Amino acid sequence: MILFKFISTGFLEPPEQRSSVLKSQKMIPQQYCYPSLFIYGHRSSGKSHVVNVLMKELELPHTTVSCVECISAALLFEQVLLSFFGCDAAAQLPRSPSISDFVRIYRQQSSQFPAKQTRFIVMEKAELLRDADANLLPALLRLQELVDDNVSVVLLSEIVWDKFRPNTGCFEPLLLHFPDYSKGELQQILSKDCHPSYSAEFYSSYINILLGVFYTVCRDLRELRHLAALNFSKFCEPVAAGKAKETETHKLWKNIEPHLKKAMQTVYLREVSSVISLSCKGLSAHTHVELPYYSKFLLIAAYLASYNPARTDKRFFLKHHGKIKKTNFLKKNEKTSNHLLGPKPFPLDRLLAIFYSVVDSRVAPTASIFSQISSLVTLQLLTLVSHDDQLDTPKYKCAVSLDFISAISRTVNFDIVKYLYDFL
Amino acid sequence: MYLYVLQFSFLRIMSKRKAKEAHLPIGECIDQVHLILRKRFCHQQLPDKLEGVEAQHKHLVELLKRTAVHGESNSVLIVGPRGAGKTTLLRSVLRELSEVTEVQKNLLQVHLNGLLQTDDRIALKEITRQLHLENVVGDRVFGSFAENLAFLLDALKKGDRSSSRPVLFVLDEFDLFAHHKNQTLLYNLFDVSQSAQAPIAVVGLTCRLDVLELLEKRVKSRFSHRQIHLLSSLTFPQYVARVQTQLSLPDDFPDGKFVREWNAAVATLCEDKSVEDVLRRHFNSSKDFRSLHMLLMLCLSRVSVAKPVITPADLLDASRSCLADAQANMLHGLSILELCLIIAMKHLNDVYEGEPFNLQMVHNEFKKFLQRKSNSMYNFEQPVIMKAFEHLQQLELIQPADSSSAKTQREYQLMRLMLDHSQIMEALQKYPQCPTDLKQWATSAFA
Repeated sequence: MILFKFISTGFLEPPEQRSSVLKSQKMIPQQYCYPSLFIYGHRSSGKSHVVNVLMKELELPHTTVSCVECISAALLFEQVLLSFFGCDAAAQLPRSPSISDFVRIYRQQSSQFPAKQTRFIVMEKAELLRDADANLLPALLRLQELVDDNVSVVLLSEIVWDKFRPNTGCFEPLLLHFPDYSKGELQQILSKDCHPSYSAEFYSSYINILLGVFYTVCRDLRELRHLAALNFSKFCEPVAAGKAKETETHKLWKNIEPHLKKAMQTVYLREVSSVISLSCKGLSAHTHVELPYYSKFLLIAAYLASYNPARTDKRFFLKHHGKIKKTNFLKKNEKTSNHLLGPKPFPLDRLLAIFYSVVDSRVAPTASIFSQISSLVTLQLLTLVSHDDQLDTPKYKCAVSLDFISAISRTVNFDIVKYLYDFL
Repeated sequence: MYLYVLQFSFLRIMSKRKAKEAHLPIGECIDQVHLILRKRFCHQQLPDKLEGVEAQHKHLVELLKRTAVHGESNSVLIVGPRGAGKTTLLRSVLRELSEVTEVQKNLLQVHLNGLLQTDDRIALKEITRQLHLENVVGDRVFGSFAENLAFLLDALKKGDRSSSRPVLFVLDEFDLFAHHKNQTLLYNLFDVSQSAQAPIAVVGLTCRLDVLELLEKRVKSRFSHRQIHLLSSLTFPQYVARVQTQLSLPDDFPDGKFVREWNAAVATLCEDKSVEDVLRRHFNSSKDFRSLHMLLMLCLSRVSVAKPVITPADLLDASRSCLADAQANMLHGLSILELCLIIAMKHLNDVYEGEPFNLQMVHNEFKKFLQRKSNSMYNFEQPVIMKAFEHLQQLELIQPADSSSAKTQREYQLMRLMLDHSQIMEALQKYPQCPTDLKQWATSAFA
C-alpha cells in the first residue's frame, strides 16, 4: 500500500501538519499493493486531489473513473482497457460486455503486457457503485485475484464502508480516513488565496471574519473559498475608497458583517447566482409571485383546507355555527400539530366551500375559477395528489409555507392566523 | 548503519577463514522485505505448507486423484466463512496434484466464478473457451444446455473413443450459481457427475453455510452431499505463532545478517505485552487470515529505510485504524449547526421512542433549545437549516423512513436517524471546541 505525503504543488494543498494520515514511500517494480483501498472523508477534504497528485508525481499507471459518468459498467470497462492497454484492447469488447468479457480481455492483454508497476483504478463517488449490478462491486474489490495481474482498485467516497458491504460479505478493502480540516487549517488554506494588491495580514483578517460568520454553518472548503472570493471586493471597499485603513479591523468588520449575513440567505443557499449578488441588487429568490385576486383567495382557502382538520370547518366558516363543545377543541399536543406533520390532502369540494365563505363578494362558479386552480397547480403552489383514474374527485395539497401565505393574506387584508386551528 | 555494514563486509572479505556471507545496503534490504511480505499479504501467495487443515487437504487430494486417475465422478462443496482459506486450500491441493504426472497429463480444469459468470449462457461460453473447444463447436446451435454440455464432453474423448478425459470444474462463489434461472448449469453438472457419461469432478466454494437450502430438490438429489468445512479451531497461542510466521522472512533472503536481526525482532515483538493485548482483541473478533493480513499490511507500510523494524507502536496504531468507528470519524467533521440538528433528533427519538421525524419537527425542537438559551448565535433561517439537513441526508446519517418521496414537500418528508445514542455522545466528547451549552443540551433529560 502506498502511504501518501503532501506534495506542495497546486493551489489548494493541504497544510503540512496533516501528515498524520499520509507518508511517502518509494515503489519498486513487481511490488504488490493491497487489492482494494477505500478512502473516505468529507467533501473537499482533499481525497481526489491528493490521490491525483500522487499518481502524477510518482508516475504510476492509473486511470481515474468517475462513477457519475460511468452510468453503465460497459463505460467503465472501456475506459479501463483504453487507459491500460490502448484502443485495440478496448475495441475487442463486444456490444454489451459482461464482466466476464472484461476479465477475459484483461487477462489476455496483461499476459502480453504484464504490469511493471502496480496499476491503479481510482473510482470517485464510489457510493454510486451500490446502485449498479450486485456483482460489480464485489468483483472490483477482488480484481487483482480475478485477472491475476498487479492491479489495485481505489474507491473514494463520502459514505462509510459499512453502508457498502454486500449481504454475504466480500473482500474487505483497506480503509483510510481523510480527516476534516480544523478551523486553523481552514484559515491557513484560505489565506493562500490572497489578492496581490493587498497584504497577507489584511486578507488573513478578512478570512478570520468570514470564518467567524460561516464556520458554525459550513466547513466545506470549496464553499468557503467561493464565498471568500465573492465578498472580498465588498470588504475592500472602504479601504479602496480611502474611508478606512487596512488595520482598522473594527470598521471593516462593521461594514462587511451585514453583507455576509445577507450572503448566507442568498449565495450560500445558491438561490441567487454569484453574478447577481455581485451587482448588489440584493434580491432574494422569493420575489413575490403576483397572483390575481381570486387566486390569492383560492390559495388561502387551500392552505386552510390543508392545515385545519375537516371537523373544525363548521366552527371557522359558518356564520352561525351554534354550540360547539369545548371538549372537541382541546389544545392538541404539539406533536400532532399540523404545521409539523405537513399539509393534508383535501377534495375539491371542500376547497370551493371554504373559498366561497372566505371571499367577501359573491362569486359565480365559472370555468375561470377552476382554471385558476389548475394554474396554481402548474405554479407548484398546490400539488395534485389524487390517483390518475379518479377524474371526478381530485384531491390537492397546499405546498406553501406559513410565511408565504401570511404575506399573501396581508395583501388582501385577510387575517389568516385567526382561521388556523393550530393557533387557537 | 550503512557505513558499519560496508566496513563489516570489508572485514569479512579480508578474513578468508570465515564463510562468505552476502550483504546488501539497507535500502535494498528494505525493498526486498517489502517485496516478499507484500506478496504474502496482498497477493495471497500460496504458502509452502498449510497449517490446521491437513485432514481436509488429504480428503480433497484423495477425492480429486480418484477422478483424475481412476475416472470416478465426484462432487464436493468447500464451505467456510470469508477469508477462511478455501481458495488457498484448493490451490494447494491442485499444486500437489500437478506433481503427479498422470494427473498433469490427463486432467483438464475449468474455473468458473459466480461473480463473473452471472448467467448460464455466459458460463457455457466460458467452459467452451477454457476447454479450447471453440473451433469444434463453431457455429453450431444446440437445443438445450444439456445437449451442449454433452457435446463438449464428447469432444474430449480420447483417441480410442473409450472414455472422455477427466474434467475438474471449480465453481467459486457457488451460492451465486444457485440464483441462475432453473439452476441449469448446476443441474447438468451434477447430472453428469452422477451418471456415467464422463468423469468430472465438481468442486464448489462458498461462504454460505446454508448453501444446500438454496439448491432445488432435483439438483440437491444429484449432489453427493459431500461437504468440507473450514471452520478455524485456532487457539490464541497458535494465533500468535501464526503472526510470527507471517512476519518472518525466509532463510533464502540475500542478506543473512539482516534476516536474523529481523526475525529476532519479530520474535520479541510477539512476546510484548501490549502487542499481545492488541492481538487478543483481533483474535476475539475474527481469526481468519484476511483480517490478519490487513493488520500486518498496515504495520508493514510503516517500515522504511529510516525505521527498518516493526515496533509495538506500529501494531497499536494499525489496530486502532482497523477498529476505528468510521461513523464517528465522519461525525467529527460536521459543522456545529449540523451537530445541533443531530442532538435535536436524538431528543425527538428519546421522547417519541424512535418514530420517524421531519425537518419541521427537528427545527421546532431546535427552536425550543434556542429559546431556553436566549443565544442569538444559532438563530438561522429555515433555508439554512434545510441545507444542513440535506447535507446530513447526503452523508446517509439520516435516511427516508419510506420511499414515497414524490408527493411530499421536502420539509415534511419523514426520516430516521441512523446513529445511536452512544455514538452521538462519544462524538460530542471528541468534537473539537464543542460549545458547552451543546453538551449540556445533549445530556439533559428535558426534551
